[in-house]
Amino acid sequence: MSASKRPNFLFQNLASKIASIPMILTAVVIFVGCTLWTVAYSFTGSRLLPRWRWVGLDQYERLWETDRWMISINNLILYGILMMLFSLALGFLLAALLDQKIRGENVFRTIFLYPYALSFVVTGLTWQWLLNPDFGVQKLVRDLGWSRFEFAPLTNNDWAIYGVLLAGLWQGSGLVMVLMLAGLRGIDQDVWKAARVDGISTWKTYIFIVLPMMRPIFVTAVVLVATGIIKIFDLIVAQTDGGPGLSTEVPAKYVYDMMFSSQNLGQGFAASTTMLLVVLVIIIPWSFYEFGGRRDAK
Amino acid sequence: MKTFKFSALAASAMAIATSAPAADLEVVHWWTSGGEAAAVAEFAKALDATGKHKWIDGAIAGGGGTNAIPAVVSRMLGGDPVGAAQFNHGRQAEELVAEGLFLDLTDLAEKEGWRDFVFPTSLLDACTLDGRLYCVPVNIHSWQWIWLNNGAFAKAGVDVPSNWGEFVASADALRAAGVAPMATGSQAWQSSGLITNVLAVSLVGTEAWARVNVQKDAAFAGGPEYAAVFEAAEVARSLSADIEVTDWNLATAAVITGQAAAQIMGDWAQGEFAVANAVAGEDYTCLPGLGENKVLQLGGDAFYFPKNKDADVEAAQLELASLMMSKQVQVNFNLKKGSLPVRGDVDLSAANDCMRQGLAILAEGNVLPGGDMALTRDTVESINDLMVQFWNSDMSAAEVQQKYAALIASAD
Amino acid sequence: MQNDMIGPRGPKPRSIFRLSNLVVYGTITILALYYLAPLYVMVVTSLKSMSEVRIGNVFALPVNLTFDPWFKAWSSACTGLKCEGLMGGFLNSVIITVPSVIVSIAIASVNGYALANWPYRGANIFFTILIFGAFVPYQLMLYPIVIILRELGVFGDLAGLVIVHSIFGMPILTLIFRNYFSSLPAELFKAARIDGAGFWGIFFKVMLPMSLPILVVAIILQVTGIWNDFLFGIVYTRPESYPMTVQLNNIVNSTYGEKEYNVNMAATIITGLVPLTIYFISGKLFVRGIAAGAVKG
Repeated sequence: MSASKRPNFLFQNLASKIASIPMILTAVVIFVGCTLWTVAYSFTGSRLLPRWRWVGLDQYERLWETDRWMISINNLILYGILMMLFSLALGFLLAALLDQKIRGENVFRTIFLYPYALSFVVTGLTWQWLLNPDFGVQKLVRDLGWSRFEFAPLTNNDWAIYGVLLAGLWQGSGLVMVLMLAGLRGIDQDVWKAARVDGISTWKTYIFIVLPMMRPIFVTAVVLVATGIIKIFDLIVAQTDGGPGLSTEVPAKYVYDMMFSSQNLGQGFAASTTMLLVVLVIIIPWSFYEFGGRRDAK
Repeated sequence: MKTFKFSALAASAMAIATSAPAADLEVVHWWTSGGEAAAVAEFAKALDATGKHKWIDGAIAGGGGTNAIPAVVSRMLGGDPVGAAQFNHGRQAEELVAEGLFLDLTDLAEKEGWRDFVFPTSLLDACTLDGRLYCVPVNIHSWQWIWLNNGAFAKAGVDVPSNWGEFVASADALRAAGVAPMATGSQAWQSSGLITNVLAVSLVGTEAWARVNVQKDAAFAGGPEYAAVFEAAEVARSLSADIEVTDWNLATAAVITGQAAAQIMGDWAQGEFAVANAVAGEDYTCLPGLGENKVLQLGGDAFYFPKNKDADVEAAQLELASLMMSKQVQVNFNLKKGSLPVRGDVDLSAANDCMRQGLAILAEGNVLPGGDMALTRDTVESINDLMVQFWNSDMSAAEVQQKYAALIASAD
Repeated sequence: MQNDMIGPRGPKPRSIFRLSNLVVYGTITILALYYLAPLYVMVVTSLKSMSEVRIGNVFALPVNLTFDPWFKAWSSACTGLKCEGLMGGFLNSVIITVPSVIVSIAIASVNGYALANWPYRGANIFFTILIFGAFVPYQLMLYPIVIILRELGVFGDLAGLVIVHSIFGMPILTLIFRNYFSSLPAELFKAARIDGAGFWGIFFKVMLPMSLPILVVAIILQVTGIWNDFLFGIVYTRPESYPMTVQLNNIVNSTYGEKEYNVNMAATIITGLVPLTIYFISGKLFVRGIAAGAVKG
């Protein structure tokens, strides 16, 4: 696929290199440079302004002694796993349903996808309103006669994160559905014919034959969903503001609050560096596998 | 609003006609509700009325400046500073001050003699670094109040309590009458302020509070005398369990409607009663210092003026600083804000019953510095996190006290 | 190859009244309710007066229909001293979104093309860094970028904001363009090479004309993302150019006074109208474009 090899690799595909300058600058200056800057300043006692006051690992020690950070990490893990599983499952289910040559496919697809057009702030506000015990779902069911019905996840420490999950899924699963639908539409018709000839039931065909063929789609979906999970911030701020208590705090909010409310940049940087480390541990091996090696193998 | 628009128009028309130094002054603040906006409009009106300068409103919503502060700081770092910025009166901006990013107001203050009429004078201390003055305190808000719905107590067949002890004793009667004894919002700053500012000052006393918050005596904070604060907090937590609200003003609304009997909240709550046309003394009762220790804490808001290269802007900044401190603007602003003025020499004949009680306490000098002045934002936020956790769980008084003492020990 | 991906490709249609079909329609309708309920609630709440909001449940239809919350949200809701609603922010959002979308897509499409068709040594390392950048929380880039923008002399300008949006849109956009260009038949590229076309020649004459499906996806993603951005809009602009989302935040987050849920809901719908309209109009193209760009990894 590449152009013919020239002896001097500096000049190989020169136009391509020049055209990539914005990307290279972004990668090196912003993503690597700013990250290193952040890592460096996480070893300082910076408060409201970044200042070079070395404190060693103090910020990290404090971080791991802080209840709120531990709660944030736990919430992110719980939310992340559930969000990933449910959005993939729900996305696939919706796509498979839409793929049944149903009437009004366009209408249903639009219904499932439109929340993705709305911001997290809008999503959070709407679901807060919907889950409000005095006005929302609980009140509706009680008005219908079931007077002891309890459904107020956002006011309960143990359930609040599930209330956030409900909103996150609502907003994000439509995109996964579109990806999955695109994947299903890309499956060769002959696969279906062959499965039918062999007498394999529809759902078995979906799970055991079609699903494995959609691996690239899953990769894209996982990347998109995972970036959303790690960066989850606006939704929490708009829907629960971390409450009740600290029960829906997440790491990105910890970072933001440390930087601006607590005016402790060093602590915020230490928290974000820790987040980055986790991301790196997961991403680097995976992305080399996914994007690095394979190209040469082609 | 109409008159304001007209005067703004007139002011800008005049600004074109005159050749004196004139500038647009961009003011960032987080006063975005009706009452607050009406109050801040008094500042804008005053600046626009100079006929030279123009107030450009940069309101950014988000309690405590969560959104406004990043904007202000990045604008300073980016070399494009705003004209003036609101901060909580205290240590919120101390580092920016130390970096020399703000305009020095000392000359102006000396010329106008601020020290002679600002009351209590200690308000200026929180604006001072190395003898130079860097901010204008504009009001006094204090935390130590409990608001009681008289009707709710009548319904329960008990007298309106006159102190915290009587209130706690009336809880069973209130519950029996179907009234929630207390309403407290679920946000961190509310439970935290209630415990560490109100209960501590009111029940254990001013000196004990200062020993913990000002001198940062961690052993004392974890000791037997201070334990009373957290035992009372446990009681307050259980009294607040009957009603679920998030925002403080929704808790106030529950008290106004009689759904709940009481709320511990700062004096800004009386703005809500005023909007609902409730009359102090008749419909509701306010007890400063929970009726136990009539003291006020000097919290509030202050304005800072980032250094600017443009001389015209600087002239406008000084003009605004001077106006904010002037008699008429202080009266107009604070009546709308529901807070107390920072000048001891103004006439507040329009003040209501609760405000008068506040002024009386102020005149007697029963005051102590605000929590924001004694502690850094970092410490305040850590304490908020702890208290909201305590409030929303079944953490024991002993456990929260021990954790609180640890936070005081690490405070700077 | 892309065009025949639009139609359903699943199993053959069956009679509507078969049990399995009832299951399909039953499930999809119940799921649709989950997705529709919030929109329904937003709309009915925005058409009620506050006195009605206070007494009813959120699902109840308005008894006295009122459009006042909409007018208020659009033109008179107050933020501090300005009582201009969302109106002014609308134009600002357009002014920010249009150039940001164009520039970010221009850069990312060239990136994707270079990576897919003209790989050079190290290209994948930069690409991996870029993908990693998609996981970085924006918050920790705020201050260093302020300093970079200041040094470039574009802090507070529209240009600065366009750069920021181009940077943070780059990872995902580059990924989808790269995947799309990789999925195009290699023969096209080879034929153009044999005809003597160079890097830019092939890009403009061969690749770009074939990129409509993926361009639609990119435009939709970027318009949505940039329109909905709050953080950059507040940190890198001045008050007179605040986008709609900042004004929405101002309107719904009044910390003092009664929460006007009806106005808030009207304001949220108005803020979401532009991306919503784009989704309603081009939903089909979106699916087609995703199919074209994401099938091949």
